[in-house]
Amino acid sequence: MTREMTGAKMVVQALKDQGVDTVFGYPGGAVLPIYDEIFLQNDIRHILVRHEQGAVHAAEGYARSTGKPGVALVTSGPGATNAVTGLTDALLDSIPIIVLTGQVPTFMIGSDAFQEADTVGITRPCTKHNWLVKDTDSLSATMHEAFHVAMSGRPGPVLVDIPKDVQFATGDYSAPKPSTSHYQPVVKGDLEEITELVAAIETAKKPVFYTGGGVINSGPAASQLLRELVDATGFPITSTLMGLGAYPASGENWLGMLGMHGLYEANLAMHDCDLMINIGARFDDRITGRIDAFSPNSKKAHIDIDPSSINKVIRVDIPIVGDVAHVLEDILKVWKARGRKTDTANIKQWQSQIAEWRKVNCLAYTNSEKTIKPQYALERLEELTKKHDRYITTEVGQHQMWAAQYLGFEDPNRWMTSGGLGTMGYGFPASIGVQMAHPEALVINVAGEASWLMNMQEMGTATQYRLPVKQFILNNERLGMVRQWQELLHGERYSHSWSEALPDFVKLAEAFGAKGILCSDPADLDDAIMEMINYDGPVIFDCLVEKHENCFPMIPSGKAHNEMLLGEAETQGVIDSKGSVLV
Amino acid sequence: MSALHIKKGSTRHSAYNLRPTFSDVQERHTIAVLVENEPGVLARVIGLFSGRGYNIESLTVAEVDHTGHLSRITIVTTGTPQVIEQIKAQLGRIVPVHEVHDLTVEGPSVERELAIIKVVGEGDKRVEALRLADIFRANVVDSTLNSFIFEITGAPDKIDAFADLMRPLGLVEIARTGVAALLRGD
Repeated sequence: MTREMTGAKMVVQALKDQGVDTVFGYPGGAVLPIYDEIFLQNDIRHILVRHEQGAVHAAEGYARSTGKPGVALVTSGPGATNAVTGLTDALLDSIPIIVLTGQVPTFMIGSDAFQEADTVGITRPCTKHNWLVKDTDSLSATMHEAFHVAMSGRPGPVLVDIPKDVQFATGDYSAPKPSTSHYQPVVKGDLEEITELVAAIETAKKPVFYTGGGVINSGPAASQLLRELVDATGFPITSTLMGLGAYPASGENWLGMLGMHGLYEANLAMHDCDLMINIGARFDDRITGRIDAFSPNSKKAHIDIDPSSINKVIRVDIPIVGDVAHVLEDILKVWKARGRKTDTANIKQWQSQIAEWRKVNCLAYTNSEKTIKPQYALERLEELTKKHDRYITTEVGQHQMWAAQYLGFEDPNRWMTSGGLGTMGYGFPASIGVQMAHPEALVINVAGEASWLMNMQEMGTATQYRLPVKQFILNNERLGMVRQWQELLHGERYSHSWSEALPDFVKLAEAFGAKGILCSDPADLDDAIMEMINYDGPVIFDCLVEKHENCFPMIPSGKAHNEMLLGEAETQGVIDSKGSVLV
Repeated sequence: MSALHIKKGSTRHSAYNLRPTFSDVQERHTIAVLVENEPGVLARVIGLFSGRGYNIESLTVAEVDHTGHLSRITIVTTGTPQVIEQIKAQLGRIVPVHEVHDLTVEGPSVERELAIIKVVGEGDKRVEALRLADIFRANVVDSTLNSFIFEITGAPDKIDAFADLMRPLGLVEIARTGVAALLRGD
């Protein structure tokens, strides 16, 4: 069934038909007809951000906390180019978002018109796919296909570029129908490979599950199945930064996060294991450290929906291409049918080995009564907020790693952080997107002062929509992670890694009509955090912390998992010249 | 199949697991990619190669199925087995890509390229150029009193050989189409 309407109306209609309830955007000349249609309806809420980058990160926050696609709407030229960082961020973290951009009219494309940019050209390498819609009749089909591509297979960002004359013209609108596109990624894993993995599970002496964002992306069923498999086998489980929450932090087989700033027991289990089961992770360089010394004695299985992830970095023995939930279901079926076997005696021994590593207590730090240690701030934040319906976003840097280490996540979709791209400025707009999706929840952005300033204009958005997002800023007046690397690698020459001329964050909050809280004394911290939680509105929490704290444990660049540093005493001359060229 | 230890599912071209995946040997592969004939699709393929640092030795593209809106891109590339595997997997990930075929693995295949070559000269050199063209079964498609344009079709190395012979005889310009390739048999 088709209906005639303008292109602009089609855009809004397609969003409604796709179940979209919230759009983050910023108007401009080339999207005015769409904004006119938004004005004329009440089904879709439009959130006016203060910068297009904010719109895309907010859409990411919305998507990651709901499992639904996020939508951003921006104008041509600078609107589109400002969206590029968010698109790249979503591409590297496999977040399904749909970005709609206005474009100059078709007859002016290529004439260097006002606010013209080659948007599909610029965004081709930073989207999963993009389209320039040249006639109104094909607009609705393209919109529906955009949702299909963003959500199928390995999710990712897509962009639809819509010239202004296409928005004004009328054409036939068709409602969404099951996709007839040739793009239909395989979700079921190969049964032979799955059986081979089950056989390996049955005989493994030192197995470990290594899970990633793919489990979260696969949906809540995947997390449930993962929990069932882990608890039934008793195998220890670690996760990447992206996968936190898929298995509960309170679960008895939980090792904590692995990788460059991962936990000692997690990294040593990865190094010493004899069977590594990678579920929805991608052997990222933050995880593997030195490739030729990565888990040298293990058989490796890799479950991933994207065939290009397999054998990209680490050669695996059992590759399984498929959706995590589908594959886990089959693994459980086959494993149960074959009698639920594991090598219990050896698994017990492996568990006690891990318990020994745990005793190292790698997250221990020297606390202080005078200054707030960032680790202490996060421990208190965890203690005082863990019972809440809580969502955490972060910026990028030391605070992000500490948050991953000291906060516990019991469920998927509760932890939103820029993993692949490492985008400073991600967390604040993402927290806005999360809060829009979960109006009653406690949404906290754990930030560093430098990252936070990168998108601080979104304070306007937070106050306009009365979004009670809590900006928990660990303020060390430094670009802490940069400073840490300069200390370890560049002879303590702290080139441009301090935050000069910082604003008074309390006054800044008040200038935007929000609440500001300053805390510098460990004794006041609990009360201050409670004040933040109980305030019904946006809060900037300026937590003045120890300025020179380094983030440990740390696997230095170019080193193997079993060469990690646990504290300050071990840092002298640990990174050689070969390691120092790595990032 | 299992006797050969072929891993199904690692990629669609699983015969690769027959060789050491992480070997340093550089291999030359001819890859045929069937794509939706839509704007920007060639840019996506080329951008993949430049963005990820892969080599393109030759690339040809043309629509092959007008009603089905399909174009065929033939790419000749070099890389280690691991890189070749990645190239195919990355190509397969591009949304408008329908099929990826590694003709070097799925082969044997027939590879052909067309070149037109302008040779300027007089006297003996002109006679010799014409004689060699005859040996290589190159056709004369244009002639003036002191120049020829030859058209030659064949495998790339045959064209290389012909061009090398023409150089001392007055080769001034050459245009090559790049490789088109098909699997042999049915």
